[in-house]
Amino acid sequence: MTAETALFIGIIVIAGQLGDLSLSVGMKTVGEVKSFAPINILRFLSRALGVKWLWIGIGLMAIAFFSLLALLSWANVSLVVPATAASYAVGAMGAQFLLGEHVNRRRWIGVIIVCIGVAMVCI
Amino acid sequence: MSESKGQRAKTLILLAFMVTFGSSGDVMLSQGMKRVGQIHSWAPTAAIAYFARAFGSGTIWLAIGLLMLFLLSYMLVLSWADFSYVSPASAIGYVLVALMGYFFLGEHVPVTRWIGVSLICAGVFVVGGTQPTTNQNR
Repeated sequence: MTAETALFIGIIVIAGQLGDLSLSVGMKTVGEVKSFAPINILRFLSRALGVKWLWIGIGLMAIAFFSLLALLSWANVSLVVPATAASYAVGAMGAQFLLGEHVNRRRWIGVIIVCIGVAMVCI
Repeated sequence: MSESKGQRAKTLILLAFMVTFGSSGDVMLSQGMKRVGQIHSWAPTAAIAYFARAFGSGTIWLAIGLLMLFLLSYMLVLSWADFSYVSPASAIGYVLVALMGYFFLGEHVPVTRWIGVSLICAGVFVVGGTQPTTNQNR
């Protein structure tokens, strides 16, 4: 793996996960949806569109997406997609240290098993 | 039904929506783009004509609709559930796609992929045993 490929995999994983984490912060700011009546879902959406964390998240996800497109122009998909399975571990770390979620040992074990499983499915 | 049981139930229902809409949206998008064909030139007029053809396809619009429903389900579930719960649990989508490929499309699934599918199921089961929401004050 070249240094450039490793750098792009890093950007895809980190920008993608920071994007998802930002979306999570944004949706927690909007607040828990208790009723799924169409009017409540529309209210939720209109509130969500006004939250800056949603747009920060979308921007970061766009960076990850375009980096993936660029990387796939020279690297093999059989290397790139399994490598991005590391996202699950990076996301759990971000959730614990940036969002203050309580990721206990059981959840960590599950996340690591999922990472290995996703990498094997994509090989 | 207690508060935590109710929350777990609605988390699982929204996860099921996410996985169903996300996987079927991806499959539709892939089928639609294969029908549109490969892009041959990135010259502005050729690119515009290509994307106009793509957006003229009913399959692409169906895929976009499904992926919008996926995003809505994802946003809704994140309004209460931990990201560290939702993200690994949604990996069950890989299992769904492998099973759909095997049973409906007659694809050959190699042994390593079946092992991966089993590991994802095990991992999701382990994560699923934790509380969907651990920090109410965020």
